[in-house]
Amino acid sequence: MGKTLFEKIWESHIVVEKQNEPALIYIDRHLVHEVTSPQAFDGLRMNNRQVRRPDLTIATMDHNVPTSDRTLPILDQTSAVQIKTLENNCKDFGIKLFDINSPNQGIVHVIGPQLGITLPGSTIVCGDSHTSTHGAFGALALGIGTSEVEHVLASQTLWLEKPKTFEVRVEGKRNNPHAVTAKDIILSIIKNIGTAGGTGTVIEYRGEGITDLSMDQRMTICNMSIEGGARAGLIAPDQKTFDYLRDREYTPKNYETLVDSWKENLKTDSDAIFDKQFILNINDIAPQVSWGTNPGMTCDVDEPIPSPDEFSNGDVNQKKGAEKALEYMDLKSGTMIEDITIDRVFIGSCTNARLEDLIESSKIVQGQKVASNVHAMVVPGSQMVKKQAEEMGLDKIFIDANFEWREAGCSMCLGMNPDILSPGERCASTSNRNFEGRQGNGGRTHLVSPVMAAAAAINGHFVDVRKLDLN
Amino acid sequence: MEPFQNVKSIVTPLDKVNVDTDQIIPKQFLKLVQKSGFGKFLFFNWRYDENENMKSDFILNDPKYDGSKILVAGDNFGCGSSREHAVWALDDYGFSVIISSSFADIFFSNCFKNGILPISLESEIIQKLLQETNVVEVDLENQIIKTPSESISFTINSHKKKILLEGLDDIAQTFQYVDEISEFEKKSTVPSVL
Repeated sequence: MGKTLFEKIWESHIVVEKQNEPALIYIDRHLVHEVTSPQAFDGLRMNNRQVRRPDLTIATMDHNVPTSDRTLPILDQTSAVQIKTLENNCKDFGIKLFDINSPNQGIVHVIGPQLGITLPGSTIVCGDSHTSTHGAFGALALGIGTSEVEHVLASQTLWLEKPKTFEVRVEGKRNNPHAVTAKDIILSIIKNIGTAGGTGTVIEYRGEGITDLSMDQRMTICNMSIEGGARAGLIAPDQKTFDYLRDREYTPKNYETLVDSWKENLKTDSDAIFDKQFILNINDIAPQVSWGTNPGMTCDVDEPIPSPDEFSNGDVNQKKGAEKALEYMDLKSGTMIEDITIDRVFIGSCTNARLEDLIESSKIVQGQKVASNVHAMVVPGSQMVKKQAEEMGLDKIFIDANFEWREAGCSMCLGMNPDILSPGERCASTSNRNFEGRQGNGGRTHLVSPVMAAAAAINGHFVDVRKLDLN
Repeated sequence: MEPFQNVKSIVTPLDKVNVDTDQIIPKQFLKLVQKSGFGKFLFFNWRYDENENMKSDFILNDPKYDGSKILVAGDNFGCGSSREHAVWALDDYGFSVIISSSFADIFFSNCFKNGILPISLESEIIQKLLQETNVVEVDLENQIIKTPSESISFTINSHKKKILLEGLDDIAQTFQYVDEISEFEKKSTVPSVL
């Protein structure tokens, strides 16, 4: 029987394997940020251990960093301490750090691919659940906890139980590629499989609906694999992948040789069998808007908010969850999505703050003004994305429309820096989680694509972007 | 890590599904650089109002459950962010066993690194345990939860059980394989970053 792409990567990274026990898996790339690493470095110090492979380890600061003027000191003292701690740890253990003033600074999952650090067929870990993003390049990319960060720093390996395989196949060709985006595809998948649908599995996204996507769009898909509960998400590398990674700052010198071997090896065999499968047609997907407090609580933009009964399909606990969610979100079943007015717009995060996201949303914003009831901001995913966007004049388009144009970081995706919602504020957000209080205590998050967020900013409420001329 | 001891305690029933790690420990507490002291922030937004007064309708604030070491909750517990701070907060608060019908993968793995036992059981049993008002005993060695009325058996991977019972240091274990790791590195075709 043939093998899946995941199985091939897994097998090529086994260091130790025993029956009925986890396998010791080698890690090719370790990305480190300021929030989930300090206790790991402390653990190394306490036990007098070193970082085994500093040459496979890269650090940046993204969660805490202010997105306002970088020449000013960081006012939040606990954030400042955490950032300083990462600087000291990287210095002490000899790790390459892209600090707050580096032109390469940015959200760890945006800079990895941009710098050519992410490679097909490799294993990548980071103390961050959205590490799944790198799976867009055909890498096995896993989010891990701080104890595992320490383990990888010390040994460059991890004990892992072999996940199951899950094929998510998106068939068909998009009629409406500027309105129905990668974000709508992944939200639609999560709505269907549920937030625990992928638990214990690695998803491989396949089909024409996936291979048609650009690399930026594929990263949006893989990024939210964790929101469907999956251990990781993968897309087999192809010519688009190889072209994207060529000539980046850290692209390996023997790149063309590597590409030849990737072309030969990094694909699922035609007779491979997945443990689980889900299929949908891309032309059944509409722009999505989340209405609840987890990413599975999502509906089409032209639908009313479902009743807890409709949503829960007879499951009592899910019904209770939906009732609670509607109460928290201050929404009623039956309300049309387009009738929901918003206070804030956030275009940013490791899900949707790459160059293409900014280009697409700027087309909607161009020549328009943000509605008077809305405060809108754009936070590019990295300083490099910011620079590229500025070279194209996108910053002016957003600023002229009264958007704030910020420095790179995680920002209001989780609000560890000063960018947060006030209690009760309602936000159209291109981020990945609409959990209670995620963007600020009492804040209400609606997950949408960048074009949906831009259109909501201009109109002051959600609009179906399929009605707009986007070409 | 301390070896896991059997636990006898009343059960704290948290009757919610999809409890994400943002709820277990909100982001403002992730800025700390140590592992200790997170217990007072556990379920912060559910436990305290805007003036940081205890909310009387939240289960952890009911004095009946003071000192409880066993938390029972609905499906998909610990979903979302990988933050191990969630496990540190549960541990520091005093919980050493979490029972649910299912756990998110990263949270599940984080539990074992900190001596916490996560137990998965059928939804019907979870519903019963959510109603249990008596002291129950969790016996890891024999993989049994004893309530006054019944004994409920649970499954656990034998390797994970051993880690908890012996309180093993993961990294020290791995260092036994340092030759295998070096050997792997010699034949690896993935180039260094730098």
